[in-house]
Amino acid sequence: MLLIPCPHCGPRPELEFSYGGEAHIARPRQPAELDDAAWANFLYTRRNTKGAHAERWRHARGCGRFFNVLRDTTSDKILTSYPVGAPRPDPRAADSAAPESAR
Amino acid sequence: MRLRTDGGGRVDRSRSLRFRFDGREYQGIAGDTLASALLANGVHLMGRSFKYHRPRGVLAAGAEEPNALVTVIRDDARSTPNLRATQVELYDGLVAESQNRWPSLERDLQRLNDVLSAFFPAGFYYKTFMWPRRAWKALYEPFIRRAAGLGRAPTRPDPDRYAQTYAHCEVLVVGAGPAGLAAARAAAATGARVILCDEQNEFGGSLLADRAARIDGMSAAAWAEAVVGELAANPAVTLLPRTTAFGYFPHNFLGLAQRLTDHLPSPVPGAARERLWQVRARAVVLATGAIERPLVFPGNDRPGILLAGAAQTYLNRYGVRVGERVVVVTATDAAYQAALDLKERGVDVAVIADVRARAEGPLVAAARAAGLSVLPSATVVGTDGDLRVSAITLGTVAADGSVRVGERIACDTVLMSGGFTPSVHLFSQSRGKLAWNDALRAFIPERSAESERSAGACRGVFDLAAALADGASAGQAAAAESGAAVAPSTRASLVEAASRSDEAVLGALPHPPGPVHKAFVDFQHDVTTRDLALAAREGFQSIEHVKRFTTTGMATDQGKTSNLNALAIVAGELGKSIPEVGLTTFRMPYTPTTFGSFAGLSRGALFDPVRTTPMHAWAEAHGAVFENVGLWKRARYYPRGGEDMHAAVARECRAVREGCGLFDASTLGKIEVVGADAAQFLERLYVNAWSGLAPGRARYGILCRDDGFIYDDGVIARLAKDRFHVTTTTGGAPRVLAMMEDYRQTEWPELEVWLTSTTEQWAVIAVQGPNARRVLEPLVEGVDLSPAALPHMGVATGRILNVPMRLFRVSFTGELGFEVNVPAGHGAAVWEAIYAAGQTHGITPYGTETMHVLRAEKGYIIVGQDTDGTVTPDDAGLSWAIGKSKPDFLGKRSLARASMRAPERKQLVGLRTRDPRLLLEEGAQIAERPGQTPPMQLLGHVTSSYASSVLGHSIALGLVAAGRARTGQTLYVPMPGGDVEVTVVSPVFYDPEGKRLNG
Amino acid sequence: MADADRPWLVPLPPAARFVLQGGAAARAAAAVVWGVDLSDQPCRAIVHEGRATLWLGPDEHLLIDRGGDDEALARALEQTLSAVPHSLVDVGHRQLGFEVRGPRSALILAGGCPLDLHPTRFPVGMCTRTVFAKAEIVLWRTADDVFHVEVWRSFAGYLTELMSEIDSLLPRMAD
Ligand SMILES: [Zn+2]
Repeated sequence: MLLIPCPHCGPRPELEFSYGGEAHIARPRQPAELDDAAWANFLYTRRNTKGAHAERWRHARGCGRFFNVLRDTTSDKILTSYPVGAPRPDPRAADSAAPESAR
Repeated sequence: MRLRTDGGGRVDRSRSLRFRFDGREYQGIAGDTLASALLANGVHLMGRSFKYHRPRGVLAAGAEEPNALVTVIRDDARSTPNLRATQVELYDGLVAESQNRWPSLERDLQRLNDVLSAFFPAGFYYKTFMWPRRAWKALYEPFIRRAAGLGRAPTRPDPDRYAQTYAHCEVLVVGAGPAGLAAARAAAATGARVILCDEQNEFGGSLLADRAARIDGMSAAAWAEAVVGELAANPAVTLLPRTTAFGYFPHNFLGLAQRLTDHLPSPVPGAARERLWQVRARAVVLATGAIERPLVFPGNDRPGILLAGAAQTYLNRYGVRVGERVVVVTATDAAYQAALDLKERGVDVAVIADVRARAEGPLVAAARAAGLSVLPSATVVGTDGDLRVSAITLGTVAADGSVRVGERIACDTVLMSGGFTPSVHLFSQSRGKLAWNDALRAFIPERSAESERSAGACRGVFDLAAALADGASAGQAAAAESGAAVAPSTRASLVEAASRSDEAVLGALPHPPGPVHKAFVDFQHDVTTRDLALAAREGFQSIEHVKRFTTTGMATDQGKTSNLNALAIVAGELGKSIPEVGLTTFRMPYTPTTFGSFAGLSRGALFDPVRTTPMHAWAEAHGAVFENVGLWKRARYYPRGGEDMHAAVARECRAVREGCGLFDASTLGKIEVVGADAAQFLERLYVNAWSGLAPGRARYGILCRDDGFIYDDGVIARLAKDRFHVTTTTGGAPRVLAMMEDYRQTEWPELEVWLTSTTEQWAVIAVQGPNARRVLEPLVEGVDLSPAALPHMGVATGRILNVPMRLFRVSFTGELGFEVNVPAGHGAAVWEAIYAAGQTHGITPYGTETMHVLRAEKGYIIVGQDTDGTVTPDDAGLSWAIGKSKPDFLGKRSLARASMRAPERKQLVGLRTRDPRLLLEEGAQIAERPGQTPPMQLLGHVTSSYASSVLGHSIALGLVAAGRARTGQTLYVPMPGGDVEVTVVSPVFYDPEGKRLNG
Repeated sequence: MADADRPWLVPLPPAARFVLQGGAAARAAAAVVWGVDLSDQPCRAIVHEGRATLWLGPDEHLLIDRGGDDEALARALEQTLSAVPHSLVDVGHRQLGFEVRGPRSALILAGGCPLDLHPTRFPVGMCTRTVFAKAEIVLWRTADDVFHVEVWRSFAGYLTELMSEIDSLLPRMAD
């Protein structure tokens, strides 16, 4: 069971959280302007990262807040957590050992 | 007993214990394990091997034991298979049986497998049972089922109780041998919370069997006792004996299984049998020790051939001589100490055959000085004996590698020592990186993945003084890393013990030219050197594939004694180095862990929460039959006077259509959406338009995901400009709230809106039927129920029985209907009052089954029954609900895709059978033409099907390709008894004009 | 009476409860009516004369008044809060309160709650939403060996039965 750093409550057991999938996939402000391929890409295309993965968690059975973390998918090590809407931190700054996906 | 020593060890000779093994009665003494007690009775034969059913004796003295697997039987429901006799603590009256044999351990008929072993080479599972295909069910499967698996599971439910707990500490120390004790002591000295666990009944590990060493002027065992006493007096230390750390999970989360009562002759009834500790540790010290390796030579598996260290443990800890005439075959100095101890206790040590060319060092010298004969450059050519070894034939290896066959020595016991394999199981589970150490001939921890450090023998520090120092520094470092105050470093222990080399061998011993017979590598799965060579010849390159093909390292022991020898042999066959071939993955559990321990209290009534509504007791008292809806118990129908479900539902349906029905809708999900932007928020989520909805009005809402498919539905009422009361499906409540929170927080944080679950705040009492208004009118205050004041989809707040109320005029039945929401604590009283007031109007409680029939008669969908995650609002016939002028809502862009508007999409339609009494099966497929055989083209399936007593015929809903355009067509539902003819009709079977909504 | 015989699981009488969501202005306004500050510090409860405010999230507080008149309190709160953005929702009947008391309280809770309840890690005054086995709870330490537990009403039976089972499997202090 992971120990996830909630930005509000501190490190908490994974049981209190729900996973929210890959981070930084914002819903298009004007979906009507997207063609079918772009819309399908938004809906369904996700990375399968080996290394530092930006992902969303919600402290659902805690403070209720969504936030993002960088987690190394090879080790489950959580490199950092940061607020919704903030840019993705540089994983090398957080952990230089974590390999980045090719994408 | 001639094999029991006169004194010494950790046993109490004054307390004798009776026990039975395979039906025979024996005597042991307090402190024995089943294995030590059997050995004291001269019994080495304790099991049969898995594949060849060869007789096997005990090999080891601990968790690594591959052979002596037994079933311990307390009663019908309490028989535990696959226990290692080496770990079963003896108690008075213990009953155990051996496994893998029939009819008896001595005369096993499947021994034939051994004679026919040429036909059972590695991979025989995969080759033999491939064809012919039809032989599978009749022949192969029964054979494999009988042959496969170790032990037999009890057939009765487990009557025992299992506890679970979470625990937290700064430092968790796994293993209470020399390094673990030193680590725990050093960590505890800082004031840190320390948990120390060990799989054995007594702390001390190898110290308990070490008669030669002295620590701080004490015997090794006395030193261990002193440290344990010191730790026990520290309130910040938790000591867990009989506790196996079986799994190491991310972020220093470990699973420990503590056995509480298995060692007791008569456990207190109801007491926990085991306790699962789920430990989160800031830092972990692994002090899991090392496992001695067998030597690989022909006939190395006969009963009476065991590890030298095990013999030493049986002698020094349990006071048992494993035999009377012993031959020692060794690659290590450690076995010399075992030989010396045995000789001192009167055992005839015939010879020490040392496989090393140069046998020297303090222990070798001590052995020679004690008069023991040492044969260097030795090897083993073969052994004799059936149920017990009777002789061993040694050989000597010349400088050129050739083997000269030597003498055949009569003996009843052979001790072997190939070296020590550090127990890196937990380290490896934690995803730490191992490195090959050529000097030690072992993989040892190189880089930790967690806040973890290994100490002592589990990282190749075998020397006692070094292990104690290693443990102490690991314990101190762990405490420091966990943030505990740094204590002054503890004085190093003063150790007097003979130094020994770390030499070891791997793989098969040298042998004369010619085939090698029965040189076992994996005892539990009967894998020989030949099997491994065969795997290499057949092209298996990866050690993981070799493992599956030969089954080496599988089963309950997971290759604890065999993996490294197997690896060395495979590497040799492939011409690669050991690190190039690499290790197989270590997986949890370290030793088998009971299902009971994992289940804990999540059994029976406490398996899941059972959620009941405020009116549950009333429903129970009125004979309701309940059904499970998610975690909820809902009244399904209320049978009267011996009615079956069909009769009860028919009566309840008529009551609602003709008089008045009373229904508990409390489980409906409810979310209070509040804030200046509440309407805007719902606009963006739901397909419907909300901004124009006036306070005091409600609307049926549909929620899609952005993929355009229906996710949930429910009535949404606007209570005020900035306040909505949203209802969801019973099962959908948590996920709808989670989805709303997601959009609120992450997509539209600019909106001023907040969400609160009110599902359980309100008891919901549906009063439905032509008499509903007449029933409620006298009870409510402050609300005008007249159609003009409270029309269909009108909402009002007021009081009922002087309790605050939210009153919805809504209908899920097609009749005039109201839903009375009152604070849950008042639900039962208000329900009873309405029921009493309704008596003169024929009020009838009805359940979910009746609700389903009534809504199906009206063609109202149930999300999740009539939809399945691929149904759009239009597919469900609900495009009228979509706010057409809205610029956007969840799913709008997806619904604009051409394929989502294709006329051939499956659409919800009504279905009527030609035979009005015939009830379609929900889930049945629908075909265009009759008389087809599979594979055939299908148009869709039946989603809902009921007998409608009101209409006098069966009704069904189904999803059918281009369904609405097929209205009037005849389609066919292929069933085992033949095609059922159905006609496509409108899904609204009853009151299509909707007049009855107005009473 | 021995500690082990003293009631350790005590249902609390009905209480008025509200979930208040909103920013600092809403908190400040509510504190005036409620007579108790609303903590800005995460996971902290503030209590004064039977009224408590529990931090549940950065913009979410649980207000509890033992024995308070929920309708009157709601009116008073709404009147003061009307000027500031907020959401006030009555949850007085949504959940029930219990106290887990006594020297074994933390051990019993550790049977289902994965949090570290050591007094240095979960001190008196700390409160949080968390889990107890398969139920969601709000856990609040009100004294060294007293925990206030709030749970949705339909989970209360499961919660109390499970706690009783856990208690019955703990070794007795006298042992
Ligand atoms: Zn949080």
